Amino acid sequence: MNWWARVWRGAKLEQQLDHELRFHLDAHEADLIARGVAPAEARRQAQLALGLSERVKEQCRDARGTRWVDDLLVDVRYAFRTFRRLPGFATIAVLVLALGIGATTVMFTVVNSVLLRPLAYPEPERLVTLLGSISTVGEVWGASYPDFVDIQRQSRTVTMAAWRYAGGTISAPGDPEYVDARQVSAGLFTVLGLPLAHGRVFSPEEDRPGAAPVAIISYRLWQQRFGGGSIAGQRLAFDGISYGVVGVAPAGFSLDGDADVITPLGQTTEPRMRNRFARFLRVTARLAPGVALGEVQSELALIARRLAEQFPASNAGRSVVARPLQREIVGDVGSALWLLLGAVSLVLLIACVNVASLMLARAISRDRELATRVALGASRARVVRQCLTESAILGLAGGVVGVLLAIASVQPFVAFWPGVLPRAGEIHLDWRVLLAAFGVSLVSGLVFGLAPALRVPMDGVEGVLRGARTVARNSRRLHSAFVVTELALALVLLVSAGMLVRTLLSLQSLDAGLNIRNVLTTRFAVSPGVLGSPEQIQAAWQDILDRARHVPGVQFAALTDIVPMRGGVNTLPYSITPAVPPPSVAPVALASSATSDYLKVMGIPLVAGRFIDDHDRLGGEPVVVIDENLALHAFGRRDVVDQQLWVPAIGPAPNRIIGVVGHVRHWGLAQDDGSRVRDQMYYPLAQVPRSLLRTWASFMSMVMRTSVSPNDVVAPLRRDLRGIANDQVMYGVRTMEQLASESLARQRFLAQLFAIFGAVALLLACVGLYGVLAYLTGQRAREFGVRMALGATAGDVMRLVLSQSAALIVIGVSIGIGGAWVAARLLVRSVEGMRAAEPLTVAGMTGVLVATALLASAIPARRAGRADAVRALRQE
Amino acid sequence: MARNVKSDLPQGTLDLLILKIVALGPVHGYAIAQRLQQASRDVVQVPQGSLYPALHRLENRGLLAADWKASDTGRDAKFYRLTSKGRSALEEEAADWRRLSDAVAAVLRLSEAGAK
Repeated sequence: MNWWARVWRGAKLEQQLDHELRFHLDAHEADLIARGVAPAEARRQAQLALGLSERVKEQCRDARGTRWVDDLLVDVRYAFRTFRRLPGFATIAVLVLALGIGATTVMFTVVNSVLLRPLAYPEPERLVTLLGSISTVGEVWGASYPDFVDIQRQSRTVTMAAWRYAGGTISAPGDPEYVDARQVSAGLFTVLGLPLAHGRVFSPEEDRPGAAPVAIISYRLWQQRFGGGSIAGQRLAFDGISYGVVGVAPAGFSLDGDADVITPLGQTTEPRMRNRFARFLRVTARLAPGVALGEVQSELALIARRLAEQFPASNAGRSVVARPLQREIVGDVGSALWLLLGAVSLVLLIACVNVASLMLARAISRDRELATRVALGASRARVVRQCLTESAILGLAGGVVGVLLAIASVQPFVAFWPGVLPRAGEIHLDWRVLLAAFGVSLVSGLVFGLAPALRVPMDGVEGVLRGARTVARNSRRLHSAFVVTELALALVLLVSAGMLVRTLLSLQSLDAGLNIRNVLTTRFAVSPGVLGSPEQIQAAWQDILDRARHVPGVQFAALTDIVPMRGGVNTLPYSITPAVPPPSVAPVALASSATSDYLKVMGIPLVAGRFIDDHDRLGGEPVVVIDENLALHAFGRRDVVDQQLWVPAIGPAPNRIIGVVGHVRHWGLAQDDGSRVRDQMYYPLAQVPRSLLRTWASFMSMVMRTSVSPNDVVAPLRRDLRGIANDQVMYGVRTMEQLASESLARQRFLAQLFAIFGAVALLLACVGLYGVLAYLTGQRAREFGVRMALGATAGDVMRLVLSQSAALIVIGVSIGIGGAWVAARLLVRSVEGMRAAEPLTVAGMTGVLVATALLASAIPARRAGRADAVRALRQE
Repeated sequence: MARNVKSDLPQGTLDLLILKIVALGPVHGYAIAQRLQQASRDVVQVPQGSLYPALHRLENRGLLAADWKASDTGRDAKFYRLTSKGRSALEEEAADWRRLSDAVAAVLRLSEAGAK
C-alpha cells in the first residue's frame, strides 16, 4: 500500500489495527487459560505482555508515515472552528489580505505578461531589432532603405526585414475607412516565424518597384470586408490603388500596434527609398541558427564600418547594433510597471503587518488555551505548527479571494492605462502568476503567523494558567515594532504620492509655449483618387482648408505635418555654414512644414521678423522660421532674421531665416525639458518638393482655432470635408487641451494610483495603531485604575497613553522618512519630469500621517482616561 | 523458566527475526510472538508491544504483505507473508548477521587462546 493509499484509507487502517491487536490479546488469553491460568488473571497477563495498547497503536500509526497529515487535518478543522467563533476577526483579516494580494496579483499579472513573458513568436529570444549607434548621441532608431539592403546582403549572421508605419483609406469593398497599415520587406513574416492564417507571404519579386500591387490583410479586415471567405482573386482598393489580396495575417497580429493592410515596402517609388540620409525604416532580425549575439554585433559593426567608408557623407561615425526585440517593444513602460508593483507590494506588506498585529493580539488572549495544551503534553513544535496552520489558512483564504479580485480587475486596469500599454492583448493570468499568488499568500501567512506562534508559552506555563502573567514584555515590543513598520511604510507611500501630485500640478501649470485653448487638431486623408498627381494633392489640401475656414466657429485653419504633443516627429540636421558637418555631430532640429495661419492657430508668440505667408512658394527663395532655442543655440542671440540656415534634407540651397518664434513644448509638458532635440524650425508646406507630396499626404494634419468650443465644430467639419467623392476621412480628432493633458497621462495615472495606495496604507496603519493601542491600554486598565486611585487625573492617564503612541509615531516617521528618501530617488529616476522631493511635500505628508495617527490613538486614550478606579481595584 | 537472565535484542535484529519467521509461511502476529519466544528459548526478550510497530513498518516498506484470513480458531486474523523484496532483504541481512557474529566469535576465541 503506498503512502497516498495509507492517507486515504486511514479509517480502515485504524479498524484493522484494532482488530489485529484484539486478536492478539484474545489468542494470548486463550493460551494462558488453556495452561490453567484463571480467566481474569489471563486477561491481565496478556494485557501486561502487550503493553499499553494505545501506545502500541500510536507507534503503529507513526510507522505509517502519514502522521503529519492527520495532525494537519486536525489543525485545519480546529482553525475553522476558531474562525467560526470569531467571524469578524476572520473576515477582516481575509479582506485586508485579499486587498493586498489582489492588488499585487493584478500588477504582477501585468508585469509578467508585458515584461517577463517572452514574445509570442517561435524562439523569441533570437529576435532582435537593429538600431543605429552614434558615439555622441547614443542609440537611435531608423535605417535608410539603401543601408538596409546593403546590410541584408552582407550579413551572414542574421535574416532581417524592414518595415514602416503607413496608413490610408480603404474605399472598396465596403465603406471608406481610414486604417493603419505597414509596408514591409518580403521576409518579415519569415523572420518573425509567424505562419499566415491564409494565403502566402510576399515573394522577393513582389518586393520591387513596378511589381503587381499585392497586400496581406488583417484577420479583422478579412472577417469584416471579405466575410472570412476565400481570398483567391479578391481585390482591395487602398489609397487609390487596387491590390490583389494574397494573404491573411494571423488573428491578433501586431507590428508595434495593429495593422490592417500590409503591402510590400520595395514597391514604394518615393525618392527617399534611395536616400541614405532618410532613416525611416524599422529593422527586425532573427539570429541565424547557432549564432551568438556577440558574433552578430561584431559583424554588424564591421558592415557599418564598410558603409561609413563607402558613404562618409551619410554614414560616417555611425554604427549598427542589435538589441533584443522584446526590450524594443516594451519601451519605457517597464519603469512605471515596476514602480507600481513595488508600491502594491508595500501595501501588501502593510496588510500583512496589520493582520500580524491582529493575530498577535488574539494570540495573547489565547495564552491560557495554549498553556493548557502545553501543560497537557503538546510539544512546542506541535503548538507552533497549530498556530502556523491557522495563519496559513487565513493567508490562503486571502489569496483565493485576492486572486478572484485580481481576475475581475486586470482588464479594467489595462483599460485605464493611459495611452497604449504594449502587448496589452497578451495580458492574462497564467500559472506563473497563480503560483506567485499562492506563494505570496503562504509566505504572508507565515510572516504574520510566525511572531504570534513563536511566543507560545513554554516556560512558566503554570504562571499563565494562574493568570499571573499578563502582557509579556516581548509581545509589547513586537506590537510596537508592527505599528512602527506600518507607519513607516505608510509614510513612504504617502510621500511618493505627494511628490507625484506635486509634480503633476507643477507640470500642468507649465507654459506649453502655445495657447492650448480652443484649438482643434485632426488628421485627414485626401481622396484616394487624387493621390496620383502632386497638383491634385495640393488642390485637395487647399480645398480642405477653404472648406474648414467656412465652417461656423472656425477662425483660422492651417495644415501641418507635425502637431505638438502628439506622436510623430521629423528631425533634420542643420548648419549655419554651407559645409554641413557629418550627421553624427551635426545639430538636429524638429522640422515642421506648415501653412501661413499656423502661428495664429497655435497662438505661438512671434519674437522677430515674420511667419510663413502665401508668397513663400516652390521656386521662390527657400525660407525657414526658427524658434528661440535654435537661434540661441546656433547664433547665440534671438534676432537672427535674414541669416542663413543649411538643411540638407530640405535642399542644397540655404534657407533664409524670416522669423523667430517662441519655443513650443513639443514633446509634452513633462518630457520636453529632458528631450534630446529641443531646437525647432518651420518651413512652408508650399516649398515641399512635388515628389514628396504623396508621402506628405499620408500624414497631413489640420489645426484650427475656434471661437466656440472646439468639439462643437467636429460634426460639421467631418461632413464638409468628405469631398465630392465622399471618400475623404477625418480621424484622430483631438483638442490641443486633450493633447496637453494626454502628455501628462502617465504622471497623472501614477499620481492617482499612488494616492489610492497612500490612502489605503494610511487607513491600514491607523487601524493597526488603533487596534494595538486599544489592546495595550485594555491590558493596562487595572494599572490606570490604580494610578487614578492614587491621585492621577484622567488627563494624566490620557497623556500617558498618548505619549506611548507618540513615541511609536516618532520612530515610525523617522524610519519612514529614510524609506521615503530612497523611494523619492527611485521616482525621480523612473518618472519623466519628476521633481525631487521638496521639504514642503515631506513635511505635509508627515503632518497628515501624524495627525491621523494621533486621531486614531485619541480614542483608546480617552477610554483609558475613563478607567474606573474602584472597579479596577476590586479586580485586584 | 530456568534462568531469569534475559537479554535485550541488539538494535535492528528484531526485523531480521521477524523476516525469518514469516519466511517459513504466512503467519499472524500472535504466532510470530510465540515462535520468537520458543525459538529463542526464552533467552531473548521481545516486548510484544514493539512487535506490531515493527510489523507495520516492514509492511509499509514493502518487505511484508498482509492478508486477512481465517485462523485455526476460525476468527479472521491478519496473516503476514514475505514479498520478493522481503526475501532478498532477509538473505542480505542474514548474511550480514552471520558475518558479524562469526567475527565476534572469532575475536572472543582469540582472547581466550591468548589468556592460556
